[in-house]
Amino acid sequence: MRYIEQQTVVKRMNGRLIANSIFKYIFLAATLLALLALVILLYRIVTQGAGHLSIDFLTNFASRFPEQAGIKAALIGSLWLMIVVAPTSIILGVGSAIYLEEYAKQNRITNFIRMNISNLAGVPSVVFGLLGLTIFVRAMALGNSILAAGFTMSLLILPVIVVASQEAIRSVPGELRDASYGMGATKWQTIVKIILPAAIPGILTGSILALSRAIGETAPLIVIGVPVIIQFLPAGVMDTFTALPMQIYDWSSRPQQEFQTVAAAGIIVLMAVLLFMNSIAVIIRNKFDKRY
Amino acid sequence: MRPSVQEMIAQSNGKKNKKIIEKVIPIILFLIASVSVLTSIGIVLTLIVETITFFRRVPFFDFIFGTTWLPFSNKEAQFGILPLIVGTLKVTLIAVIVAVPIGISAAIYLSEYASENVRRVLKPVLEVLAGVPTIVYGFFALTFVTPVLQAVFPEIKIFNAISPGIVVGIMIIPMIASLSEDAMSSVPKSIREGALAMGSTKFEVAWKITVPAALSGIIASVVLAVSRAIGETMIVSLAAGSTPRFDGDFTGSIQTMTAYIVQVSKGDAGYGTTIYYSIYAVGFTLFVFTMVMNILAGYVSKRFREEY
Repeated sequence: MRYIEQQTVVKRMNGRLIANSIFKYIFLAATLLALLALVILLYRIVTQGAGHLSIDFLTNFASRFPEQAGIKAALIGSLWLMIVVAPTSIILGVGSAIYLEEYAKQNRITNFIRMNISNLAGVPSVVFGLLGLTIFVRAMALGNSILAAGFTMSLLILPVIVVASQEAIRSVPGELRDASYGMGATKWQTIVKIILPAAIPGILTGSILALSRAIGETAPLIVIGVPVIIQFLPAGVMDTFTALPMQIYDWSSRPQQEFQTVAAAGIIVLMAVLLFMNSIAVIIRNKFDKRY
Repeated sequence: MRPSVQEMIAQSNGKKNKKIIEKVIPIILFLIASVSVLTSIGIVLTLIVETITFFRRVPFFDFIFGTTWLPFSNKEAQFGILPLIVGTLKVTLIAVIVAVPIGISAAIYLSEYASENVRRVLKPVLEVLAGVPTIVYGFFALTFVTPVLQAVFPEIKIFNAISPGIVVGIMIIPMIASLSEDAMSSVPKSIREGALAMGSTKFEVAWKITVPAALSGIIASVVLAVSRAIGETMIVSLAAGSTPRFDGDFTGSIQTMTAYIVQVSKGDAGYGTTIYYSIYAVGFTLFVFTMVMNILAGYVSKRFREEY
């Protein structure tokens, strides 16, 4: 008696092999479809907006006339926003990460903080806008200033920076720590002089990626009440301002066809800023990767 | 003459502030770490306090069971949130229909079929897709996807649920793909090799071994992506319109919860008006929806994880 029915196996084998190769291409096609979406998106925006890009576009204020509309106030406004967001979010994020990795005892409070950070990452950005509106704009009476928007954005990207910094600190080898203690250094000296320098590439990469998220985020700014038409540059953090995504949102939502070209040009500027920041992150990551 | 080591140690022990630093720093860092907790408390308190003010003016049951959302009506404003929830669910449904098959297929391709080199190219590109600001996706939905859809189906209006739904789907593909891929990659190789040795084809290994074994992670990734789709704001604000409707129509203008918050914030609803408080009530509802999804995702990935 045979255990394997040769004929049945042969008959079924063909179908199985065909299914195998068909599905391989279906999976590949799905992956490529996602990439195709990205290509179409970039192609559309570049072809639509490239014609409007010029030095004037970068140096003009917003205007009622599409051909004169420029992005100066928004570009400078986004830079001002970063001046507030970068130090605030990095100090808070890295501080939290040091506490959680180096000082925190394994207890309920620590677990609660950890759980809280991961939950915070899942809160929609528009809800952060509501928080900013109540706490910073109204309760602390900062108005729709750069400071109010900056604090709101800092809290929004805080979870990303904490998690990235935690990973960077965790990946510093234990021997470095032991060696430092062995030489008589205190805990804080070890953290400042040994652990942080070793972890800084990872922290920077994560922070830059988080900041680039803050630059592209629109919803919280709208909720806070950041205006769009601004004909002056802010002089300090208490001034009102506008930002790149706000300006793009305003142009996109106008009915006139010409403003869509302007919006596309604005998107090119925004994407160029993001590309610049991401390349810095990649360079830092590659330069310092796997030192240990 | 240079001081000896003993002298240096003595000197260093004499410095009082060093000891103080060691005591003060952990406290400062603890305070910094508690900022995130304060943020959560701030969010919940803000939403609850302002929502309570809202419910003093609008009865709770009218809000959660009402099927008419007419906040700007001069005669009698109505605040029934169901139309906004229905609008949100329409967009989310389309997004899921687009993103789940593509995202999971991409994850299977990356974890089961792709060579190391292909993976090294494809994964960063997917990350780029995840890094595109949502305002850019919104512009894309409004100026490209909608006109293309209109060319094929003329009955689709300029503002509709389908176009933003598709684009929100594109936006969450990388999330599903990369989280599902992580789950599939953590299925041990030995199980796969066992199945291959028994004569399975690669597809059978993927479909009958890897996917079932990684199912908890895959489902969790989908739930998280749904939560993201529910909270997505700019795409729907630009491309979905601002007509809250309690029906099953996908081709006309709708409004989601997030888009309503943006619509009110953009206008000048004065502080203290019922409309002003209504955005907190809507925000609170949105918050509850996303929280439930996030907790569900955590629960699924813990509770149903296959341990190897």
